Parts: sequence; structure tokens; C-alpha cells
Amino acid sequence: MNALIGLPIILPLLGAAASIALGAHRPLQRLISIGVLATLTATTAVTLVRVDRNGITAVQVGGWEAPTGISLVADRLSVVLLLTALVTLFAVLVYAVGQGSFDQPGSEARHVGFHPLYLILTAGVSFAFLTGDLFNLFVAFEVMLMASYALLTLGGRADQVRSGMTYVVISLIASTLFLAALAYVYAATGTVNMADLHDKIAALPAGLRSSLAVLLIVVFGIKAAIFPLFFWLPDSYPTAPTAITAVFAGLLTKIGVYTMIRTQTVMFTPATRPGTLLLVVAGATMVVGVLGAVAQNEIKRLLSFHIVSQIGYMVMGLGLFTVAGVAGAIIFTVHQILVKTSLFLVGGIIEEKAGTGRLARLGGLARTEPLLAVLFLLPALSLAGIPPLSGFVGKLALVDAGLDDRAYVVVGVSLVVSLLTLYSMTKIWAGAFWGTRSEGASDLPPAKGTTGTAIMTSATAALVSVTVAIAVFAGPLHELSTRAAADLVDPTPYIEAVLGR
Amino acid sequence: MRRSLIFDSTVRLVFDLAMVLSAYMLFAGHNQPGGGFVGGLVAGAAIALRFLMGDLRDVIGVVRFKPWTPLAVGLALAAGTSIWTVATGSEPLDHGAREFDVWGIGAVKVTTATVFDAGVYCIVVGLVLMILEAFADEIEPADDGEPGEVRR
Amino acid sequence: MTLVMVLVAGVLSSCGTYLLLGRQLSRVVIGIGMLGHAVNILLVLSGGDGGRPPFDGDDPAGFADPLPHAFVLTSIVISFGVISFLLALAYRSWQVTGNDEVEDDVEDRRVATHGQGGAE
Repeated sequence: MNALIGLPIILPLLGAAASIALGAHRPLQRLISIGVLATLTATTAVTLVRVDRNGITAVQVGGWEAPTGISLVADRLSVVLLLTALVTLFAVLVYAVGQGSFDQPGSEARHVGFHPLYLILTAGVSFAFLTGDLFNLFVAFEVMLMASYALLTLGGRADQVRSGMTYVVISLIASTLFLAALAYVYAATGTVNMADLHDKIAALPAGLRSSLAVLLIVVFGIKAAIFPLFFWLPDSYPTAPTAITAVFAGLLTKIGVYTMIRTQTVMFTPATRPGTLLLVVAGATMVVGVLGAVAQNEIKRLLSFHIVSQIGYMVMGLGLFTVAGVAGAIIFTVHQILVKTSLFLVGGIIEEKAGTGRLARLGGLARTEPLLAVLFLLPALSLAGIPPLSGFVGKLALVDAGLDDRAYVVVGVSLVVSLLTLYSMTKIWAGAFWGTRSEGASDLPPAKGTTGTAIMTSATAALVSVTVAIAVFAGPLHELSTRAAADLVDPTPYIEAVLGR
Repeated sequence: MRRSLIFDSTVRLVFDLAMVLSAYMLFAGHNQPGGGFVGGLVAGAAIALRFLMGDLRDVIGVVRFKPWTPLAVGLALAAGTSIWTVATGSEPLDHGAREFDVWGIGAVKVTTATVFDAGVYCIVVGLVLMILEAFADEIEPADDGEPGEVRR
Repeated sequence: MTLVMVLVAGVLSSCGTYLLLGRQLSRVVIGIGMLGHAVNILLVLSGGDGGRPPFDGDDPAGFADPLPHAFVLTSIVISFGVISFLLALAYRSWQVTGNDEVEDDVEDRRVATHGQGGAE
């Protein structure tokens, strides 16, 4: 049954092959993608239950033993996030199929490549979560990024090419730095297996150790868009078609956060973790992100700046390096993936119905689209951390952990940023849902009530209900992430499972 | 566009040799320098030469299929070898080897790694074809006024 | 020998960084390629002293470490794909905009100028 762990990597690749071969038959392509993602969601749920019950499971690819071979490791952290990612990918896929009925550049219906690329992206995401060694993490990132480059520029409009260029170059620089970090790690220790590195890095001189830690933070910080490495994100994400932006916004930055959590905890011993640095970065990320968001006048761009701001909370949880802190970061990441994706999906429906995402030209949607208003309000309030929604659960856990650790400054910053988040969400609410349509909006096409929008709305509704479910099952989730965090803060069980000691 | 006779005949000669070399590298790759990627690159370079010699239609005429067909076949082969070993109960990407006695050639050792390499080879060839197609698509309807457009 | 390689890596990465800072896409692509080569050399160096063949004879002490070579091969494969994509993108950009420069973010500039005029 352990073989199930490799399935989320192999199955999407096979699906992509089939999808390429069936290029001319769109319905069959859709069937394959939906089938693959549904299967993976189900098997990953099973894996989660098994891993939570039996402990960390490791598979050695090709039968080569751990420090030499490639390990796939399923621990609670990776499987929880993988499950969340797959649920999100599934919902967005359905949304994209619904959106396909509209004739947009880059939309699913216009490009043969959409489904294969989406499946390859899925494979890359799964690989990034499951791999147990640093070099394969690099490979996973590249698989994921290659698919994302192509998805981001599908259609080839001028603004897509411009922002795609920024994104590709920035990602490439991060990848190059990652390779350099790998070279240094390998030269210093002679291994790239993360479990094996834990002991070997501990034996290195202090200066070398911290430079490796900081280099890795920079690499994953670019991917996660932390301060001061975030500037590429609000520039490149909003130009893609909504479904793709939603996946990128929800998932790709969070994978950066995941790898940061993974590498900083598993590879480094407690005494050598750069806690203070991460807390300072976390505070700066929150503030700069939310101030950027407040200044924006367009839904997707406003939300893009929020991604940056919210990354700060996750880094804050990690920076505390306590079980409660890391547990808070995990809950917050799960919540963010779902909430941020659903907000982008709602923003996409608004653009689809009103023909624009500019707040100045929107208005009165609360009366004409009450369902949409509810779908926006729930995740928006959740993002701001209003009880009893999922954001509150995450923020409460983080603030609690921060107070325990006497990190009062960063806790204070996080609370102020919450208020500003609420303010910027009100800005969207007041601009798009209240009031009347502004002048100049009359030439826009009237709201369309096609099956396409129905599919899009139901996919979004499903995702929003998952976020509500997180709030309802906050207790079990908190316990699960505390168990996950305990395995990270003291990674002995992880190391034992991978190295088979 | 003017075609050079010397270039044309050289490419014609080199193309077949390069294809044979790429096939050799694909199969030698298990124990010697070579492998799917290197073999694929040699084949890709040969195809690119063919592209330089004529145009995209020439290349498509040589390979006789759509660029994404080898991509799909390659991906299926490479992913298939790993899921096959999972299905038979061992670790993903586990190795298997079997020797066949082929009449007239002798013992031929076939490994799962060769199948995987063949997949990689197909992916690289498919990728090269797709790149050529992407670039050639826009070159074909050449606007005479555009600066820097057709300079070959 | 190793020192020479380190110097080569250093020169390549500084040239690459310089090219990356320009606004011309073709230079950016070349810069990315150079940085990639620099890092690949770094990876080869991480395997220890150069000059020894991988897998020759029976004594493992005489081998070069094969793992960095596998890393380098993988990274070359990846940069092959990425750079060809980047070239295609640069070409497309040239087609769409007619020049070879990285464009500014229009919306960003709009927000920036808007801020000077006061609130909405």
C-alpha cells in the first residue's frame, strides 16, 4: 500500500500523456483531468488517515536505500498540504471548464495545451510535497514552474508576455540560486537527503551553517514572495486567466512556504534555526503587503498584494520555532490555500459578469448577485480573521503561540495588519457589491446566466464550503497540525522513518 | 530564400548518420556515455539542421507526424515504467532486466531503464519539434517590411 | 585546477549578473544561460577534486563522485527546456511589441501616479 504515495506524481503524468494524445477531443481531455484529480484526492485522503495513524511513511524510489537513493516521504505536514492542494486544483479545474464556455485568450477551451499542462503542474506540486531530498525538490520545482510558465502565457497577449517574462526570469534566478545552494550543501556534507542532512549540517562550523540557512531562505523566499523578495508577484499574477491566477495565488507561493518550513526544521537543529531573522521578515512582509493592497484599485491586484501580506503570518509561525507556532503556520497555510483561491475565483466571476475588475467601474452587485456576495463575503471575512471563520482559527493559533513565546512586537504587528486587511476587503465590498453601477459601465454586456457561470459558481461554492468546514472542524485540524508540528520541531521520527534506523 | 547547394548536400549526408548515432547513444546509455537525453539531443540537432536547410514543411515531411505525438508517447513510456513497477508490487522506478537470445545478433539485454530512456528520447525529440514549430509558425508569412525578419 | 574552475564560475556568474541587469531581453536570456553554466561548474566542483574519471577500475577511492555529475546533467536538461521557452517568449515579445525591451507594469504606474493626486 505504500506504493500509493508515489501515485500523485505518476498518475498526472500518465494523464498528461493521454491528454496530449487526445488533443482534438476536448470532452475526453476534461474527463481525464477530472478523473485523475478525483482519484488523487480520494487516495490522498486515505493516505492522510494512514499516515496520521501509523506515523511517517517513506518510499525509496527504485529500491535504493535512503541516503543514496531518492526518498518519497509522506508525513502529516506534507499529506495535509497535498490534500488541500489537490482539493483546490480539483475545484479550479471544474471552474476552468465552466469558464471555457467564454471565449477568452488563455481560457481552457481555446488551448489544446491547457489540460496536459495542468496535469503536469499537479505532478510537480505533488512531487514538491512528497520528495525527501533537496535535489529532487529542485526538480519538482522545475516541473511545476515549467508548467506554470506555459500556463501563465497561454494565449500570448502582450501583457501576458510582459508579466510572464518577469515571472520566468525571477523564477530562473531563484532556481539558479537554489542550485548554488545545493552545490554548497553537497560540497560541505556530501549528501542531499534532508533527513541525512540534519546530523551532518549540525557538525559544520557555525558560519557555514547559517549561510546555508540564509541562502535557502532567500531561494524559497523568492518563491514564497516574502519581503523584500515579493515585488514580482503583484506584477505577474493578475494578467493570467482567472483559473490559472487562482491556482498560482493559492498554491505556488504556499509551496515556497512549505519548503521553507520543511528545510528550516528538518535540516537544521533547534539551536541553529534563524528565528529572529524570520520574525523580522514576517513582520515586514505583513505590513508591506497590506499597505500595497490598500493602494490598489483592481480586484485581482488587490488580492495579489494580500497574498504577500498573508505569507508573513505563515513565516511568523515558522519563525517562532515552537510546536504551537509551527502548528499555527500549518493551519494558516491550509486556510490560505483555500480562501485565497476562492477569493480569486469570485473575482473572476465578477469580471466575467461585469466585464471589468476595476472597482471604480463596479457596483451594486449585492442586489443583482446575492449568491456571489455571500461567496465573496465568507472568504473575505475569513481572510481578515473574523470569528468564527477559518482565518480566525489560524490567526488565534498564531497569536497564541506568539504570546507564549513573548514575541510581542510581531504579534502586535499581525493584529494591526488584520485590521488593515479588513479595511481593504471592505474596499472591494463597497466598490463592487454596494452602491450603484458607475457611469461608463452601461456599455458593458449585461450579466450572463449561462451554464458556464453556473459551473463556475458551484465550483467556487464548493471551495468556500470547504473553508467553512475548516472552521467547523477546527479542533481536530488543530490537533492534527500540532502532531505534524511536533514531528517538525523535533524531526527525529522523520529521520528515523527515512533512514530506516 | 536562397538555398546553398553545399549546405544542402552536407545536411542530407549528416542527417541520416546523426539519426543512427542518436539511436546508438540511446541504447548504449545504460553502461556507457549516452542515454535518452543525449540521444534525443543528437536527433534534435539533426532535425534542427534539416530545419535550417529547408523549412518547417521539410521537417514535418521527414518525421511525418505532429510534434506532440512523440511528446505524448515519451511521457507515457517514462511514466508507464514507473507505474508498472508499482503495479507489480515493488518500489516505483524499480529496475528489471531480462536477456533475450535474438537469432543472428546474440544475447540482448533489455532493461526497464532502456524503456524509460526511450521515453526521454521521444520527449526531447517532441520538444525540439514543438520549438521549431513555434518559431517557424510566425516566420512563414514573412512580412517584407519587417526589419530583422528573414535574414537567412 | 580547482582554483581555475572556481575563477571560471565566478567570472561567468558576474558576467551573467551584469547581463541580467539590462533591459534587453536577448541579453537577459544570455545572462541566464551564463549564470546557469556558472552554477553547473559549481556543482561539478562540489564533488571534490577534478581530473579523476567516474567508475574506472575497481578501487572506489580512485573514482570521482558521480552524484554531482548526475545533478549537472539534470540541471542542463532543465535549463535546455527553460531557455528554449524563454527564447520563444522573447521572440513573442518582440513580435507583439516590436522591440526587445522589458516593459513596465502599466497598472503599477497608474496606481503610483494616482496616489499623488490623493484618494479615490
